[in-house]
Amino acid sequence: MALTRRQFVQVTGAAAAGVAFSGLGSDLTPVRAHAKELKTKGAKETTTICCYCAVGCGAIVQTSQKDGRVINIEGDPDHVINRGALCSKGSSLSQLAENKDRLTQPMYRAPGAKEWKPVSWDWALDTIAKRVKATRDASFMAKNAKGEAVNRTEVIASAGSAALDNEECWIYQAFLRSLGLVYIEHQARI
Amino acid sequence: MTNHWIDLKNSDVILIMGSNAAENHPISFKYVTEAQNRGGKLIHVDPRFTRTSAKADIYAPLRSGTDIAFLGGMIKYIIDNRLYDEEYVVGYTDASLLVGEGFDFKDGLFSGYDAQKRSYDKSKWALQMDANGVPKRDMTLQDKRCVFQLLKTHYSRYTPSLVSKITGTSEKDLLEVYKAYASTGAKGKAGTIMYAMGWTQHTVGVQNIRTMSMIQTLLGNMGVAGGGVNALRGESNVQGSTDHALLFHLVPGYLAAPATNWPKLEDYLKRRPKSSDPLSANWWQNEPKYMVSLLKAHFGDAASKENEFGYQWMPKVDAGKAYSWLDLFDAMHQGSIKGFFAWGMNPACSGSNAGKNREAMAKLDWMVNVNLFDNETGSFWHGPGVNPAKIKTEVFMLPACVSVEKEGSITNSGRWMQWRYAGPKPLGQSRPDGDIILTLGNKIRELYKKEGGAFPEPVLSLKWDYANSHGEFDPHKVAKAINGYFLEDVKVGDTVYKKGSLVPSFAFLQDNGTTSSGCWIYCGSYTDKGNMAARRSQQDAPNNIGLYPEFAWAWPVNRRIIYNRASVDLQGQPRDRKDWVIQWDGSKWVGDVPDGAWPPLQGLEKPDSKSRWPFIMTRHGFANIFGPGLNDGPFPEHYEPLECPVEKNYMNAQRMNPVAPVWGGKADAYATCDPRYPYVGTTYRVSEHWQTGLMTRPQAWLLEAQPQMFVELSEELAALRQIKNGERVKAVSARGSVECTAIVTKRFKPFKLGDLVVHEIGFPWHYGWRWPASGKEESINLLTPSTGDPNTRIPETKAFMVNIVKI
Repeated sequence: MALTRRQFVQVTGAAAAGVAFSGLGSDLTPVRAHAKELKTKGAKETTTICCYCAVGCGAIVQTSQKDGRVINIEGDPDHVINRGALCSKGSSLSQLAENKDRLTQPMYRAPGAKEWKPVSWDWALDTIAKRVKATRDASFMAKNAKGEAVNRTEVIASAGSAALDNEECWIYQAFLRSLGLVYIEHQARI
Repeated sequence: MTNHWIDLKNSDVILIMGSNAAENHPISFKYVTEAQNRGGKLIHVDPRFTRTSAKADIYAPLRSGTDIAFLGGMIKYIIDNRLYDEEYVVGYTDASLLVGEGFDFKDGLFSGYDAQKRSYDKSKWALQMDANGVPKRDMTLQDKRCVFQLLKTHYSRYTPSLVSKITGTSEKDLLEVYKAYASTGAKGKAGTIMYAMGWTQHTVGVQNIRTMSMIQTLLGNMGVAGGGVNALRGESNVQGSTDHALLFHLVPGYLAAPATNWPKLEDYLKRRPKSSDPLSANWWQNEPKYMVSLLKAHFGDAASKENEFGYQWMPKVDAGKAYSWLDLFDAMHQGSIKGFFAWGMNPACSGSNAGKNREAMAKLDWMVNVNLFDNETGSFWHGPGVNPAKIKTEVFMLPACVSVEKEGSITNSGRWMQWRYAGPKPLGQSRPDGDIILTLGNKIRELYKKEGGAFPEPVLSLKWDYANSHGEFDPHKVAKAINGYFLEDVKVGDTVYKKGSLVPSFAFLQDNGTTSSGCWIYCGSYTDKGNMAARRSQQDAPNNIGLYPEFAWAWPVNRRIIYNRASVDLQGQPRDRKDWVIQWDGSKWVGDVPDGAWPPLQGLEKPDSKSRWPFIMTRHGFANIFGPGLNDGPFPEHYEPLECPVEKNYMNAQRMNPVAPVWGGKADAYATCDPRYPYVGTTYRVSEHWQTGLMTRPQAWLLEAQPQMFVELSEELAALRQIKNGERVKAVSARGSVECTAIVTKRFKPFKLGDLVVHEIGFPWHYGWRWPASGKEESINLLTPSTGDPNTRIPETKAFMVNIVKI
């Protein structure tokens, strides 16, 4: 029986899940049949790159068609760097996505308040936009103390982020620079 | 990395120094192990015996902050024993170049030092030029002013006995490491360096790396398979976020941020030095094409020749002024910063001297914190010892979705840009960061459109059409903008590239506004042939060294090993015939994408005029052993950390780096050779946590594996202080204190510096009060100092002075 590497991993994964069989030299048909019944059956599979260190290991994300949530994330055997292997953090990726402590709605803390208050996206972004504009307009420097043209604000700063995708980093820097920020920093500096 | 992860397997000797790759980049070790299985040797130099050390053929301990002394000794060993690769050193490095009479070094200071300004006049270190403006050379390397002789003189002081007294490494260990690593100077042998924050987080961080780069050029290890200088970067997209310039001093593609010394675009475009040597490619002379294409990407049709392509719409930094992390938090601490975005970052734990950062946040009017989890930054107003009623800062906490819930690319340490896809939809109301940025931008632009305001032109002229048909952030649109478009029909050679098509490579970018490119080094990543970062081919290149050229895409131009034209001899034939990178087949280069298509040099006496020196990114085309560009001198020199255990620097009369930045506020207190803080402290990571731990501490498995803040100390120190394994203790520095569980191990050993015994202890830096729920685990950065490297301004979090006391 010809097995692709990917199928081989699925089958051996099933074996690790407790299916009794005496070794890969045997007929794998029943195991394959069982594998089809696993909870990943029919799951959507997407490839990803691990979000922790910068080795750039590949992983496969299996998402349930029923509730749209992650069932499992495992190393991608066809990724040429990690060839299916993951470290302790990469192996725990599904716990990052499916985590009860994740933030799921915007929150606001008023001056002096003791607690967070849930708010809508619209309210939060409208209010932030007003704060940015007011602070920028009040602090904008066309010229520095020497009279040189600078067109900037030194009163708003940004830190972040190496956790963003390339495309997000690029528009973020374009956005910040269009506002005139010069205090733009992120993880690479520390 | 000049090379990439898989390439580690091609190495004959791997030096891991300033890194614990086995625990912090575990999958990299797959290739380290493969190199060892192929007969290669692994050397680990580190203050602590880690899992990397356990796998090493040679382990040598050294005191934190003494790497230049250690490596300077290696330079001396290589020169004294003539183990350098002479052909490479003469042909491809600046060793033969003559340095002007202005350069000098005395009492730990280079010529041109201004004590008042704590800075150097670098013009004193200029090279000697001939009548044509080409550097003078002595190909015999005998002239007393040639770089090679100055190098030899400079490191003649770095004797094994003196180095041992500084580093605490035994002379025997030093020589064993030197001998093993210097063996890679032989033809066909490759040595590589894997380093991480153990090198960068020092007041001499850049010079640590430069010392090793000099060794790599002396041994002919740059550009070859299994060689190079390889930074093991810590976050999945810290490479990409650096390439795209989320940093004050750059704009995308390593172009300098506009500054007051270039008031007009034409000043900026003239800023790169010229080379008069026809054999120097001096690649940066192309910068005008990249800068103008960047401005076109930013401002689209609004950028025209008449308005300097919108150059005046870019904010300018004051020339020579730093707006770096340490400076930013100092300004915030003084109350001058009012609004702050902490976007996917946790400075309440990640920044050096984090207590100062937390105090600073209380002076803000507003903060926007975007993250996956509640964290110590967004919640600083109810952190330990903080009374919320007294904090006037408004905080907006916005939920970002996790990486598997969105689409886009990230770039790994080996410069591979890799595409990832959305699996599940964002949880709850969480959203992709790109979508949050796009929507916020829309709202701010609407306000300026409606109300006007201060200098609205850049806000309203910014090209901002990155939404898909649902009004959401479209990463493909941005990826294409980063790659760049032809904005007119452009004829290059005999081919006409149509307006609206994607630019196939940065060689086609123009300085007249007819092309755009958001980041020139990514030009070629998303072309009319498709999304190159999404490629998945398992096929290796003909040289079979693990380049996998059609798996993902690497900048620049899919070159997998940079400076690869230094891997061949003057005839273009590989110096290592087994693991070759490129070779000349008589009419073209084959193998990896070469560093330029120019033919081989053929000889040094009369080089082929169509050829170019191999180090194309340097002005003169040579690897720089003598580096006139750095703020702290052209040769690395050993200086002690800001806080150190010795009264004086045994190497020279300057105790610390004379140009490192130091702050003098109450929150910046430091103490050196102070009996209250007798031990060297250092920081590190564990496999199970990541950075400040914010993406790992809220996870059950990882938190169970590494549940709490600890301090690791030697059995000797534990006995001296009567501290038992597992006991809770308090670590203190001049800036703060943190409670830790003591872990007593054999992995740290006291260092003997001559007659002086110095203890070093170590801390993980992953903790903070918000997670775990006990609220008792804190960040070690409450102890680390406000100082850093004078070039990068990366804080010195790897060497500082502490005490530990029983609770």
